[in-house]
This record gives sequence, structure tokens and C-alpha cells, in this order.
Amino acid sequence: MNKQITLAMGNGGQENNELITNIFYKYFKNDILEKSEDAAIFKIDKNIAMSTDSFTVSPLFFAGADIGKLAICGTCNDLAMMGAKPKYLTCSVIIEEGFPTRDLEKIVKSMKKELDINGAVVVSGDTKVMPKGSIDKIVINTTGIGEIEQDGISSNNITKDDVIIISRDIGSHGATIFASREGIELDSELKSDCASLTYQVQALIKSGIKITAMRDATRGGVSAVLNEWSKQSSICVEVSEDSIPVSQEVYGICEILGFEALNLANEGTFLLAVKKEDEQKALEILKGFENSQNATKIADVTDQYVGKVILKSAYGTKRFLDIPTGELLPRIC
Amino acid sequence: MDKLKLKDLYDGFRDPEVIKGFAKLIEQEAKKLEKPINIMEVCGGHTHSIMKFGLPQLLPQNINFIHGPGCPVCIMPKERIDHAYILAMLDDTILVTLGDMIKVPGSMGSLQDARAKGGDVRFVYSPLDTLKIAEENPDKKIIFFAIGFETTTPMTTSLIDIVLKRGIKNIFFHINHVTVPEVMVELIDSRDEHIDSYNNTIDAFLGPSHVSVITGSKIYEQFPTKYKRPVVVAGFEPVDVMEAILMIVKQFNENRCELEIEYKRSVSYDGNLKAQALIEKYFEKTSLFKWRGLGNVKDSGYKLRTKFANIDAQEIYKDILPKDEIEDHKLCICGDILRGMAKPDECTIFGTACKPQTPLGSCMVSSEGACAAYYKYGNLLK
Repeated sequence: MNKQITLAMGNGGQENNELITNIFYKYFKNDILEKSEDAAIFKIDKNIAMSTDSFTVSPLFFAGADIGKLAICGTCNDLAMMGAKPKYLTCSVIIEEGFPTRDLEKIVKSMKKELDINGAVVVSGDTKVMPKGSIDKIVINTTGIGEIEQDGISSNNITKDDVIIISRDIGSHGATIFASREGIELDSELKSDCASLTYQVQALIKSGIKITAMRDATRGGVSAVLNEWSKQSSICVEVSEDSIPVSQEVYGICEILGFEALNLANEGTFLLAVKKEDEQKALEILKGFENSQNATKIADVTDQYVGKVILKSAYGTKRFLDIPTGELLPRIC
Repeated sequence: MDKLKLKDLYDGFRDPEVIKGFAKLIEQEAKKLEKPINIMEVCGGHTHSIMKFGLPQLLPQNINFIHGPGCPVCIMPKERIDHAYILAMLDDTILVTLGDMIKVPGSMGSLQDARAKGGDVRFVYSPLDTLKIAEENPDKKIIFFAIGFETTTPMTTSLIDIVLKRGIKNIFFHINHVTVPEVMVELIDSRDEHIDSYNNTIDAFLGPSHVSVITGSKIYEQFPTKYKRPVVVAGFEPVDVMEAILMIVKQFNENRCELEIEYKRSVSYDGNLKAQALIEKYFEKTSLFKWRGLGNVKDSGYKLRTKFANIDAQEIYKDILPKDEIEDHKLCICGDILRGMAKPDECTIFGTACKPQTPLGSCMVSSEGACAAYYKYGNLLK
């Protein structure tokens, strides 16, 4: 096969078939996909959750993950956050002409690995190639369907009886991407937190804990999720600043560039609202997973300023934690 | 031995016990004050720290902050933003500038808008990153739109130095650097006949951190002597600011009026002489620089010396760059806020017509502006 992706590979003819067979079918191989029908046919008995997301990231390969892993984690985690177990995904890829075929294979291989972790399969796909310069390297869309394992999880139902738990230290995806874009060379272990959350969520559900709400803190970070929750559930979220886990590396990047870790994106970190009495049990379960061994409670729910998030410092001051706006830009001096 | 971690460097300056300790000392000392004092933090970085760490909540009623004009993005007048916009829209041209500049609206729009309309605008963390952009785009003209106070000025002059020494032909400069002492003088002793600066209520200054690293504390000598305002140069951390406030309050109680340095770990009296020499080599003062919200301030800006006109974008493009002044929004009270005569929440359009996403006035533009800091950190929590 050609070393670079050509326009012909997206034209529906011989070259297109070759690309699909040699890369996508090779890794995504399963009975439903291989029927090669116009649409995938399958049966589901339970209530289902459905979610879609498009992925574009620069650089495509970064410490801890790549766009392929991201594209599967992103959609599967959104399903998991609604108490669903990911089952079937579609995968639509738009590639820039001239993109290295070997990189595409690396990405698809990485998608396959993450699909296996989730126990999900790609049942339908599409590939398009666009002329050089009209798209930035590659864009991937995945849409997923999952079977609901616990009903009633909703960002609208959080009350004063709940506490809010974070699954791990925050901001490492955003910090990793920024550091590599800005060419900041770090002598450190910093890598993206990108990971599937299906196992943790399954374990929480199986333990019988009644989960009020879950949300992965992707773009906009923890600030965005807490602000969304405070508005959707008409509550006030009071966060203790010194309880928020932040790694040395992320802390450093934030200090250098003038960011707040709370605003940085995560790709395998989630917030969990559970009843006060379930706090210890939930933390115990989360701590059993390597990816969430630093899980901790970060906030209480009150009615002091409904629709607002308050950040409390260890020395007794308070301020509102606002939802981030605009592009993340480094400060000047 | 364990490796030194960045957090180790900051932790002492954010120690809750130390902060509480200073709050207590300030409270005791402030009881002796004969009248309330208003302290202007000149620098936007301080405004940001003060609001982010919620420091006003730790201070007694008789100590107030006045937020100063030290936000390089905020004070940029619309006509200069328009210059950047026009240059960014030129064919085969890349406009390079520092991050926050991208959002600031001029009369034609912001650089973000220019980028959306096809202009090539790049933001860099360090001016020296411009070299790489120039190298990768040998057929294009790269214009570095230089902004900032004394802190960032030496970085621009370093870039100029390299460009000239290496004979790089495709980098040009639009200089908008401004200086701190002149605007501090303007705030307490205006030369503008329409403004009675003696109305201002500034009793003391919190001197900027990083500006002073470059200039040294010597630039503030005139304030305690000629203008009878104490100056304490402070760092950006909460412990720094609290300690500096204690130092100021003590000066009042002990009937002293002096220039002191709290930020001793970085600031000396003379400053960075090498950086100062570079600035002197390439720049000279403009007779007037218009500050958004404040108007023209004498000797407060830099421009390239005439002998470097061949790299000066303001000279090269003078036929297409407009010279007329553009008025600020009529309802905007940024001028009063910067002079310490009003607080952001006293403005009728604060948080309504004027928000960080759609700023009308200069103080809402950058995260270091007083209005943006009030909006973001919600000074509603008292």
C-alpha cells in the first residue's frame, strides 16, 4: 500500500477498499462489521445510552496516549458516565491527503486496544480523504451505544445530601498537550491521564452504591463540570482548594504559564456525586484501581450561592470559581 | 537528596499559617492608623494575585486596594490594536505577538477576528520563538507586535539584537512598550489640564515585582521624596503581598515615608544592568504615548531609535497605519478605575454590556485587568 494517504484512497474505488481492508478491517474485525452492509444490524434488550464526539488534537501522538486512544476513551467514557457499558461504536475518519499510512495504522491499532479494554466493537465506519491543506492531518468521529446498568444517573439530581469526589489528580492531559505544543521540554513523568473509565464505573455500580451523578472532566476541566452541576442541579458547590489533588508536574506547568489546574482538560478523570453515607465505600472502590488510587472528596453541596461554585482557601478566604472562557492563553509576565 | 521541586519554591509563600499570621499582625498594626489608607497595586499581576487569593477578605476595613494601570494589554489604545489588525491582514505577512493580545478588540475587531478572516496571527510565549517562525517562513514578512512593561521589553530587545547580528531580513517590529514610573506620576500629578489628579486617593504604592527585577527599585525613588507616597516593592505570592502591606502600614504608624523592598529574593536597587543597556541601545522614549482609559502620558512609551528605521514596522507601513485617535466607549469608566477614583462594580456596564468575552473597556480585556479580575473571582464574597 502507498506510504502516504492519497485522494484516491477516499474515492470509493479499488484504493479505498484496499485502505479499509488493510487497516480498518484488519484491526476492527468482528462479525457485524465484516458483513459490509450499508448499516450495522444488532439487537439490544436493555435501555441504551448513546453519545457522539469528534476528535482533533495536536500533536496526534503525545505522552500517555494518541488521537486513536482518545477517540475511543472519549465516547466510551461519556457512556460510562451515564451508567452504561459501552457496546457498539461507529468510527468515521477524515484524513488529509499525504498523511503517513503508517501513522494511520498506529492510530487504528491504538483504537483497537482501547476497544478491547472497554469490551466494545466498531460496527460501522467511514473514511474520507481531503486535499492537502483543507484539514489538519486527521479528524476522527466516534459514536457509541452502551447498555444502561444503573438508571437515574443525572447531573440534575445533586442535593445537599451528596458529596463530590474526584477520581485522581487533575489537569495532566491539558498540561501534557500544552507543554508539547509550546515545546516546553520537561524532565518529568508528565503524561496524559487518557484512560477508559468503564471498569471503575462498573465496580461502583456492582457495589450497590446509588450514584447520583458522574461526569468526566474533559474540556473546561473540573471548573466546567462543577459549574454545570451547580446550575443544572440548582446547588452551591463548595470546594476546598487544598483537597484537590494536583501533580508536581501539572502544578509546575500552571505556575510557568499562568493556568489554573482546575481549568485544564482531563481525559480519564471524573467527578462523582454520591450520598454522604456512600463516600467511604466509593473511595475504597476507586482506590482499588491504579488510575484512581488518589481519589478523594473535594467538595460539599450547600445552598449558599445557588448556581455558583465557591473555592475555599486553607487560610480562610473564598472566591467564586468561574467557568473558563475563550482560548487558554499563557499570561504575559 | 530529594530533587528540588517547583512546589517547594512556592509553598512557603502560600503557607496558610504564615498568611494568617500576617493577617493578624496587619490587623493589630492597622488599629493604630489615624485614617484609612488606600494602597495602589500598580501591577496587574498583583491585582490578579490579590483577587485570586481573596486577600481583601483578610484585611481590616481601613485598608483598601486601588487597582493600578499595570496591565500591558488593557492599556493598549484601539488605534494601536488597529495597527496590529491591519498588519495581520496583509498578504504574505505573519503577525506575531504575546498571548493575551489576541482577544483585545480594536475598532475593526480583535486579532482573533483577524485570524478568523484569514489573517496569519501567531502567539508566542517568548519573543525569541519568532526566530523559528521566520526561519520556517522565509518568503513571508514576520512582524513582531511588541507589548508590555519593563518586564518584557528586554525580551524584545534581545530579539532585535539577534535579528540584527544574524542579518535576518524578514523580521520587523511594531513597538508598544510602556514604562511604569511615568504613569505612576501621571496618576498622582497629571499633566493633563482637564484632569485634577490631586483628587486621587492613593496613599501608598505596592511596587511591581517583575518590572522591578529589570529596572531595580531605583525608579521609584521620587515617590517617597517628591510625592510623599511610600513604595514597597512586593512579590506576587500571597505571603509577599501581605508582608508588603504590613510594611506599608508600619511606615504610616512610624511616620516614615520610604522606598522599601519586600521582594528581596529577586529585586535589587540597580536591577538588571545588561537588560537596561540593551533597551538603551535600541529604544528611545516617545514624547507621548496614549494609554487606553488614561489618555496621553508624557515619556511613557518606547520606540525604536531612528537608525533602526529599516526594521521599524511603524515607519515601513506608515502610509497604511491610521494615526487618528479613537475614543473609548462613552459609558466605560476605566479611566476613573485606573486613577483609583472608582471600583469596577461601580460601572453601569460592568458584567452586563461589558464582560470578558465581549469587553468594551480596557480593564475587562485581559485577565490582569481590574474589571476582569472582579468578574472572574467575584468580589461578591466579602
